Amino acid sequence: MSGHSANTMNLTLHVWRQKGPNEPGKLEQYDAKNVSPDQSFLEMLDDVNEVLIKAGKDPIAFDHDCREGICGMCSTVVNGVPHGGQERTTACQLHMRKFKDGDAVYIEPWRALAFPIQRDLIVDRSAMERIIQAGGYTSCHTGGVADGNAILIPKPVADYAMDAAECIGCGACIAACPNGSAMLFTSAKVAQLASLPQGKAEAAERVCNMTEAMQVNGFGNCSNHYECQAACPKGINVKFIAKLNREYQKALFK
Amino acid sequence: MILDGKCPKGPIQTSWDRHRFEMKLVNPANKRKYKILVVGTGLAGGAAAASLGELGYNVEAFCYQDSARRAHSIAAQGGINAAKNYPNDGDSIYRLFYDTIKGGDFRAREADVWRLAQVSNDIIDQCVAQGVPFARDYSGYLDNRSFGGAQVSRTFFARGQTGQQLLLGAYSALSRQVKAGSVKLFARTEMLDLIVVDGEAKGITVRDLMTGEIRTHVGDAVVLATGGYVNVFYLSTNAMGCSVTANWRAHKKGAFFANPCYTQIHPTCIPQSGEHQSKLTLMSESLRNDGRCWAPKKAGDNRPPNEIPEEDRDYYLERKYPSYGNLAPRDIASRAAKEQCDDGRGVGPGGRGVNLDFADSIKRLGEDTIRERYGNLFEMYEKITDENAYKVPMRMYPAPHYSMGGLWVDYNCESNVPGLFVLGEANFSVHGANRLGASALMQGLADGYYVIPYTIANYLAKIKPGAVKADHPECKKSIEDVNGVTKKILGVNGKKTVSEFHRELGKIMWENVGMARSEASLKDAIKRIPALREEFWTNVKVSGSGAELNQQLENAGRVADFLEFGELMAKDALHRNESCGGHFRTEYQMPDGEAMRNDEDYCYVGAWEFKGDNKEPELHKEPLTFDNVHLAVRSYK
Repeated sequence: MSGHSANTMNLTLHVWRQKGPNEPGKLEQYDAKNVSPDQSFLEMLDDVNEVLIKAGKDPIAFDHDCREGICGMCSTVVNGVPHGGQERTTACQLHMRKFKDGDAVYIEPWRALAFPIQRDLIVDRSAMERIIQAGGYTSCHTGGVADGNAILIPKPVADYAMDAAECIGCGACIAACPNGSAMLFTSAKVAQLASLPQGKAEAAERVCNMTEAMQVNGFGNCSNHYECQAACPKGINVKFIAKLNREYQKALFK
Repeated sequence: MILDGKCPKGPIQTSWDRHRFEMKLVNPANKRKYKILVVGTGLAGGAAAASLGELGYNVEAFCYQDSARRAHSIAAQGGINAAKNYPNDGDSIYRLFYDTIKGGDFRAREADVWRLAQVSNDIIDQCVAQGVPFARDYSGYLDNRSFGGAQVSRTFFARGQTGQQLLLGAYSALSRQVKAGSVKLFARTEMLDLIVVDGEAKGITVRDLMTGEIRTHVGDAVVLATGGYVNVFYLSTNAMGCSVTANWRAHKKGAFFANPCYTQIHPTCIPQSGEHQSKLTLMSESLRNDGRCWAPKKAGDNRPPNEIPEEDRDYYLERKYPSYGNLAPRDIASRAAKEQCDDGRGVGPGGRGVNLDFADSIKRLGEDTIRERYGNLFEMYEKITDENAYKVPMRMYPAPHYSMGGLWVDYNCESNVPGLFVLGEANFSVHGANRLGASALMQGLADGYYVIPYTIANYLAKIKPGAVKADHPECKKSIEDVNGVTKKILGVNGKKTVSEFHRELGKIMWENVGMARSEASLKDAIKRIPALREEFWTNVKVSGSGAELNQQLENAGRVADFLEFGELMAKDALHRNESCGGHFRTEYQMPDGEAMRNDEDYCYVGAWEFKGDNKEPELHKEPLTFDNVHLAVRSYK
C-alpha cells in the first residue's frame, strides 16, 4: 500500500532483557530487518517480537497503549535518551525515518531508583501515583460547585495552567534526571492548580504534601540540570519548578 | 422477550428529577457496608469510582494500564458538549436533546438523552472546580467552538486535549479518594469473568498482569466502564489494549449485548500508510471548523493538491450539505469521503484519502490563529506523515473510532443482570446509531458523576450487604474457568501469532462489516469468522506461561473474544434490514445515496442473549417510542 517501501533499512538492536524485578538483566542483540521509514518505533519493536515469537523465544516486554503520544504509557530509553530524543515526541510517535540503514540502536527501560524494573522495558511507576495522591487535586465534591463562569480566569492564566496540565505522566523527566528527581512532574501539577483560583485555597498544603511525597518515594532532589525539560515529550517548561519553589517558600512562611 | 427500559413516564422535562426522588437511598452510615467494584478508570469509571467513594461506599477500582490516568478517554481531542448557551446562539437543553436524538438517527431512548442534556451543564461546572483549564477568552469567560451535527457553538475544549484534561480531572478526584482510603485501586489488573450468584452480579475474576495471579473480588454490585469494541477491526483509533473482553465475558454470563452493529467510523483520520501499521490516528473533528474537505473533480487527477485550481476541486460536503457544510455529522461525512474514493477521486497512496484544506482559513485568520487552535494536531500529523499541513492539505480517511452499541442497560444504567451496571461507551444508551462529536466525553462523565451515584443506591437499598463471600462455589468455578481458558490458549502451540489472527479478523470485519454492509458481505463474514476462530484454537502460538507477565497471553484472550464478538456484530448488522446512522446497508439507501431507515420494522433496540458457545444468540427487542421528537427523515441539507 505504501509508496515508500523501497527505502527499508536494517538495524541492529541492543535491548535490555530482564526476566523479573529481582533477576539480573543484560543487553541482548537482535536484528530488525526491512524496517519501513513510515513505521513508528514501537511498530518496529512489534515486528521484532513477531520474529521472536515464531522462533519460540520470549518477545520483548514493553509498555504502550494509545500509540498517539497522549496516554503516557510508553517508557523506553532509546540510545540513552528517554523517548529517543526527538523534540516533544513520545517513543510511540518516534518514526523510523529518524534512523539510518545500519544504525545500532540501544533500547533500555526508564532508569531511576523510584522505578523498579519489572520485566525487560517495563518499570513500576506507582511512586508517581503517590505524589498525585498526596495532593494533586482540588478537594471539590461531585456536585454543588459554582457555575463555570462564576469565577473569571484571564486567558493568560488559563493558558499558563494548560501549559502545565499537558503533562502526560510518563516519567521521562525522572528517567532523564541524573538525580532521578520528580521535580518537573510534581511542579507541573502544583503550578497548574496554584495558578487557578479553584486551586489556590489548598495551595500551601498541597505543595508541602506533594514535596514530602516526592522525598519519601525515592525521588532525588533537583540540581538544575534541566535534562527533564529536554526529555519531556510535551515540552513542560522548567519555569514550573521555579513556581513550585516559590509556592513552597510561601507555604513555609504561612 | 420485550425489554423494558424502565423510563419514567410523564413530561420529559421533569423525568430525571421525579425519578431521582422516587429512587431509594442508602443511609450515610450504611454506605460503607457496601462494596462496589468499578472496572475501568476512564471518564465513566474514574468519575464513578471517585463519586461513589466520596459518598462513603467501599469502592474497588480496576484498570489494565499501570495508572488510572491512562484510560483511552485521554485521547479524545476536540471537546465536550453542554447546553450552557454562553454564546447566546440559541442553545438549550431541549436543543442538545433534539440534536442528539436526531444525530443518533432516532435509535436512542428519549429519556436517557434528555437526562444527558440536562446534566451536561453540571459537568462543565464540576470540571472547572477540579481545575480543568478549559479555553477562555481574554475577558476570562469560557470559550466555545462548533462541532458536527449542530448549528450552535456548545463545545467546551482544552486545546486539542480535552479528553486528557477531563480524565486528569476525574483521575485527580479518584486519587483524592484513594488517599482518603475509600477507593482501593488495582492497576495492571484485567477483568476476565463476571461472577453471578443467584442471577445477580456479585463479583469479578481478574488477572494480575504483573504476576499472572488469577483471583476473585466479590462485592455488592459491579460497575463496568470498560469502553468500546472497535478494535474488532484491528486498525482503529482505539488504544492497543482496548477490547471487548470485560463486556463479552459479562455477556456470556447473561448480560444482553445491544446494537453491536452500530459502530462509528470517524471521517478524519490519518490514512493507513502500510501493512506494518498497528493503529490509526484520529485528527479532531474540530478541524472541520476551519478545514475544508475536498477531492479532485476528475478521477485520477494526480497533480499535487496546491496545483489543482479551484474549478477542478469538489468541496463535496459543502456541495451536498449546504446548511451544515463541513460540519455534517460523522457518519455522513465518512460515507461521503468513501464515495469520493470509490469514485476514483481519492488522493494519496492507494487513492484512499481526501483533502482537509486549511489554506482559506490561514488566508482569512493567519497561520498563528490556526496554530493556536490546532497546533498540537498539526504537529502530530507531521510526526506521522512527515508533511506540513500549514503548507499542504491534510490527507484524511475514515477509520473505526467508537462503538455506539454496548451492553444493554435500562434507564438506571443497570443491565438485565441485577447488580451489573454499565457506563460510558461500554453501554449502548444515548448515542443511537451515530454519536455526535463531543458527546462521548459528556456521556462518560454524566454516567459517572451524576447517574450512577443515584441509581446504584436504588439497587443497593434493596439488598443485604456482603451476602457473597470469596469462598462461594461460583467464585471457585469462575477461577477454574479462567484458568481453563489460559491453559487452552497456551496448549495450542501452533504456528500463527496472535496479531496475525487479529489482522485477519480485522480485514474480514472492515471489508464486510465496515462503512458499507450488504447481505452478501455480512453472510460472507458470518461464514469466515467461525472458520478463523477454529483456526485460532488449533494454530495460535503463545509462548511463556500464565504465571508471569505475558503480553501475548493478554492479547490472545482479547483476540479470542473478538473472534466471537465479530460474528455477533455481523449477525446484528444482517438482521437490521435498514440503514441508520453508522449502520449503512447498501440495499437500503435513498436515490441520492442517503441512509434509508425503516421505522415501521426496526424502531427498536436489538439486544442479544448469549445461548452457549457456537449456538445461535437470541434477539430481544426494546421498542423505541418518540413522544417529544417527531420521527423524521434525518436531513443535514
